[in-house]
Amino acid sequence: MSIRDWPIKRKLTAILLLISGLVLSLTSAAFVTYEVVTLRRTIQDHLATRSRILAANSTAALAFANEADATELLAALKYDPHMVAAALYDQNGRVLATFPAAAPADLVPAAPEPDGSRFEGGRLVAFTPVAQGENQRLGTLYIASDTKAVSDALRLSGIIAVIVLAIAMLAAYALAAGLQGRISEPILALANTATAVATRQDYFARAPKFGEDELGQLADAFNQMLGRLEEQRKELQQQAKILEQRVAERTQELEHRNEALRRNAAELLAANTELDAFAYSVSHDLRAPLRSIDGFSQVVLEDYAGQLGDAGQDALRRVRAASQKMATLIDDLLKLARVTRAEMRTERVDLSGIAQEIVLDIQRATPERAVEFAITPGLEAQGDARLLRVVLDNLLRNGWKYTGKQPQPRVEFTAKDDNGDRVFVIKDNGAGFDMRYADKLFGVFQRLHSAAEFEGTGVGLATVRRIINRHGGRIWAEGAVDQGAAFYFTL
Amino acid sequence: MNPGKILLVEDNPDDVALTMRALKSHNITNDVVVAQDGVQAIEYLFGTTGRPAPTDLPAVVLLDLKLPKINGMEVLQRIRSEQRTKFLPVVILTSSDEERDVIDGYKLGANSYVRKPVDFVEFTKAAQQLGLYWLLMNRAAPPPRGL
Repeated sequence: MSIRDWPIKRKLTAILLLISGLVLSLTSAAFVTYEVVTLRRTIQDHLATRSRILAANSTAALAFANEADATELLAALKYDPHMVAAALYDQNGRVLATFPAAAPADLVPAAPEPDGSRFEGGRLVAFTPVAQGENQRLGTLYIASDTKAVSDALRLSGIIAVIVLAIAMLAAYALAAGLQGRISEPILALANTATAVATRQDYFARAPKFGEDELGQLADAFNQMLGRLEEQRKELQQQAKILEQRVAERTQELEHRNEALRRNAAELLAANTELDAFAYSVSHDLRAPLRSIDGFSQVVLEDYAGQLGDAGQDALRRVRAASQKMATLIDDLLKLARVTRAEMRTERVDLSGIAQEIVLDIQRATPERAVEFAITPGLEAQGDARLLRVVLDNLLRNGWKYTGKQPQPRVEFTAKDDNGDRVFVIKDNGAGFDMRYADKLFGVFQRLHSAAEFEGTGVGLATVRRIINRHGGRIWAEGAVDQGAAFYFTL
Repeated sequence: MNPGKILLVEDNPDDVALTMRALKSHNITNDVVVAQDGVQAIEYLFGTTGRPAPTDLPAVVLLDLKLPKINGMEVLQRIRSEQRTKFLPVVILTSSDEERDVIDGYKLGANSYVRKPVDFVEFTKAAQQLGLYWLLMNRAAPPPRGL
């Protein structure tokens, strides 16, 4: 486990121990150093003092080069266990006497060295001048003592330092263990509370507060946050409940609407089926009596013409014309009904091509009329080809029909773009119409011209509009009396 | 003139009278057998009584569609399903030109589909052309053998 992952308790204890250990170690080191330095200075002073005393006592022996006296003088050093060696040199630097007597050569330097005392290879050595009076130098005294006292003192103070350090560390550990709780406990409590909130969503949990310090503030802030969270959660729950309720309401509403739609669809389907049956029956049954009326009128006209007279024949001819007109009406109405019922098959439709075919049809059927048709090539639309053919057929034939009294009749089929919408236009220079009645143009059986002026049943444009509506398009017309008419449609 | 008969299946007596007049006015004097509904038509063609010999089948059947009891389509279906009448010329002669009637008629094997015009002059022309074509010009299939 890296230090980063240690529990706070251990981290705190470790920090406390580290700091107190460091402080204590530094203190101990200073203490030991001071002890050693002081002791060295003391024994150096001590040796210097002894050297001077011995030097003063040696003057006579040196002055007379009395070797025996000198040796005896030095022998007194044996009472100091620390003394290692000593020697007296005469004026010329020759050795007069040594301690111990007959000391080996490595123990005593062969010639005196500069005056003064110094530590040398684990020993303290001192060279002291031996002089008579102030100026007459007689020789040199050499004394070497061991430094056992220093090393003893060093060992002792080292041991003391270690013991103190150990005791202090133990105490520090005990104290740290006790005191770290003051800091770690609130943090741990906070962590536990946070865990409880996170895992159990227990927003009522509160972190305990141990004091007014920063941890206390932290606990306060945390608790405040929990309070806000709880409030927001409640608010959210409420919102969710409201939303759920709304969704439920909407769903119910939608279901009602769906139900209504289903019912409508079923009703529509039934109505459509009924309309279908009605139209079928109309196409069969309504024409039969007309055929009888027309047929037998003709029979009477053929067989009894003489008895009828002109007025009678005229009347019967009107009966026949009326029945034929009614047959046309029925056919047109059936076409209108068919347009409503027909299934739409949407595809790309070549409107220009269809228009050309219709124009050819018209020109073949009525070669005696020279109407100029201007069809813009390449007009296309998405829609049901058969139904769109009905649209073009009606509009082109209308143009053809209403230009009947125009010396230079012209009908054109073009298209333009209006705000991104493709608008198809069929325009003629014929009889036109009064714009006041423009909205009546597309009603069933609505006619703006008398049958004597222009023939018609008033169903064609209604059929056209129904087809355009089924394609999701719009149709409208513009015109003026004797100024021609223009029909616009989108798909 | 071909002595073949015409079977006119028509429930409307006015239409019967007008059809007869139209035919006669063009000197088509062939026998016209009238069936007033689908049942009578089937009875005439396949019934046990008065059943015509294979050689005595009508030269053409003029068949209306909207008929009481059994309608024209069913009659047509029956005609086409029987060996002896399989190739019998059938012209649907009716009031409507509803697309599905036209399609169904051809699907079931009608030889022709003619809508009766309201204009009697037109109607007469149609009857004349039908009579001339089916009675004089058309070469009927030979009667089936072994019957």
